[in-house]
Amino acid sequence: MATAPTEAAQEQIKIVTDATCTFCGCVCDDIDLTVQDNRITEAKRACVLGKAWFFSHEIEDRPSCLIDGQPASLEEGYDRSAQILTEGRFPIIYGLSDSPCEAQRVAVSITDWIDGTIDTTTSVCHGPSGMAFQGVGEVTCTLGEVMNRGDMIMFWGSNPAESHPRHFTKYSLMPKGLFTPNGRKDRTCVIVDVRKTKSAKAADLFIQIKPRRDFEALWTLRALAKGVSLDAQEVERQTGVELAVWQDLMERMKACKFGVIFFGMGLTMTRGKHVNSEALLALTRDMNAFTRFVAKPNRGHGNVTGADNVVAWRTGYPFGVNHARGYPRFNPGEYTTSDTLARGEADCGMTIACDPMANFSQPAREHLASIPFIALDAQETPTTRAATVAFTVATYGINTGGTVYRMDDVPIPLRPAFDSPHPSDFEILSQIEMRVRQIQGVRA
Amino acid sequence: MMAETFILIPGRTSKQGCGISEGKFKEKYQSEIYTLQVSPADMERLGLEKGDMVRLQGEHGQVEVAVAPAKKDELPEGLLFIAYGEISSRLMGGDTHGTGMPTSKGMDVELEVLK
Repeated sequence: MATAPTEAAQEQIKIVTDATCTFCGCVCDDIDLTVQDNRITEAKRACVLGKAWFFSHEIEDRPSCLIDGQPASLEEGYDRSAQILTEGRFPIIYGLSDSPCEAQRVAVSITDWIDGTIDTTTSVCHGPSGMAFQGVGEVTCTLGEVMNRGDMIMFWGSNPAESHPRHFTKYSLMPKGLFTPNGRKDRTCVIVDVRKTKSAKAADLFIQIKPRRDFEALWTLRALAKGVSLDAQEVERQTGVELAVWQDLMERMKACKFGVIFFGMGLTMTRGKHVNSEALLALTRDMNAFTRFVAKPNRGHGNVTGADNVVAWRTGYPFGVNHARGYPRFNPGEYTTSDTLARGEADCGMTIACDPMANFSQPAREHLASIPFIALDAQETPTTRAATVAFTVATYGINTGGTVYRMDDVPIPLRPAFDSPHPSDFEILSQIEMRVRQIQGVRA
Repeated sequence: MMAETFILIPGRTSKQGCGISEGKFKEKYQSEIYTLQVSPADMERLGLEKGDMVRLQGEHGQVEVAVAPAKKDELPEGLLFIAYGEISSRLMGGDTHGTGMPTSKGMDVELEVLK
């Protein structure tokens, strides 16, 4: 028979209200956590991904620092890290999407001191969209505006039911907003994808297009918006969808009061990449001749948007930034990490809150395994196992505070649940920065 | 059986997302990234049952994975889906076409039944 917690146990239970979940870019900041014995036992309002995030991040029973796979002191780890970074001719720093802004800033500083290249996981996520923002521009708004005004909600190449489980309920489809008082009933949901994802069940209209034909489909809509006549057979051959379906969609888009297109990796990771994102952003811009329309990339990780912001503040560019000439230069394809590794250009590096040894191409992974690098992560991953120096860090948002950016560029504070004996990203990077400056002969 | 060409779509699943937090070396994550979803019609045509092994050969690498039928009409014929991770990454090439992004979705693969 279960017994009620003893008084002593009751005293150990802590409730953290309005905690911030940083698994995905929704960055839900309304989670109530129950904390007992340095574990989170309940996460009210968290989705399945959030629950796994909160329940799984216990205090890792691992050394805070490993050098060549052997336990070492933090001091030794900091010294070795600074040595690696200052001895390289082409150092790279990569990752940052699961670190708070305060730590990201230090990473940029270190990159500057060592004339290195800094890149974030944006480059393998919405980096192509970042290029498209520069080329076309972004007509956008916050998620709060979507909730309050959006009556035509489109998802293109994005599957929020699996990647952002609270997206529909918290922001885009279900909530009752100022100008959408009837919630779902005030909205039309359109999903465009190459397969019928779990998200499609929520759609009023699901359009299945031919794989690798997103650009053609978006350009078809642009043509329809501008009144260009199209060959029906050619449209169907190119997109896999009848012209009449696109015509119907365009009429619905023109008739709405506030349209929103959320887009995802279905555009950025496939044939066309940044050109797909450009097409969608251009369509969004075109629609503003008829009604109000905005676009928003669905960002995958808790603070990848923060990384864009911080790197942009500090260097003028959002990702893939090289400092070898003493000033920042931006060139995706040249300074982005998939490339600097796959071409064998980087000769040392630091990975922060990311797992390139799991997620990069084989040539990139083989090269990373061959160079000395430092890895910072809250958990053991293929990347930490391959690192010369591996730091186990306290988990941001669970053990440490700081600031993160939601996918719509709204900054949100973290409300940690319990302490960790492991150091934070910020602490480790600050110590490494100090030693880098000492090696360079600058008084810290 | 001759190898057949399919289009592979790696992507996020909630099981894979949970597995990232629970531990990438644990069974939940590992089984999810090793499981290839195939449309029921393709499964039947190829004589495949759940758990059978197939080889996917791409331009840049090959992997051997277990198959599972996609639910209902989630996948059209000719399309394959796998939760992204260390396995799907082996099929990515190093060329990012000047974008920083390797082609990670919509890759042509040759599927060979191993059983």
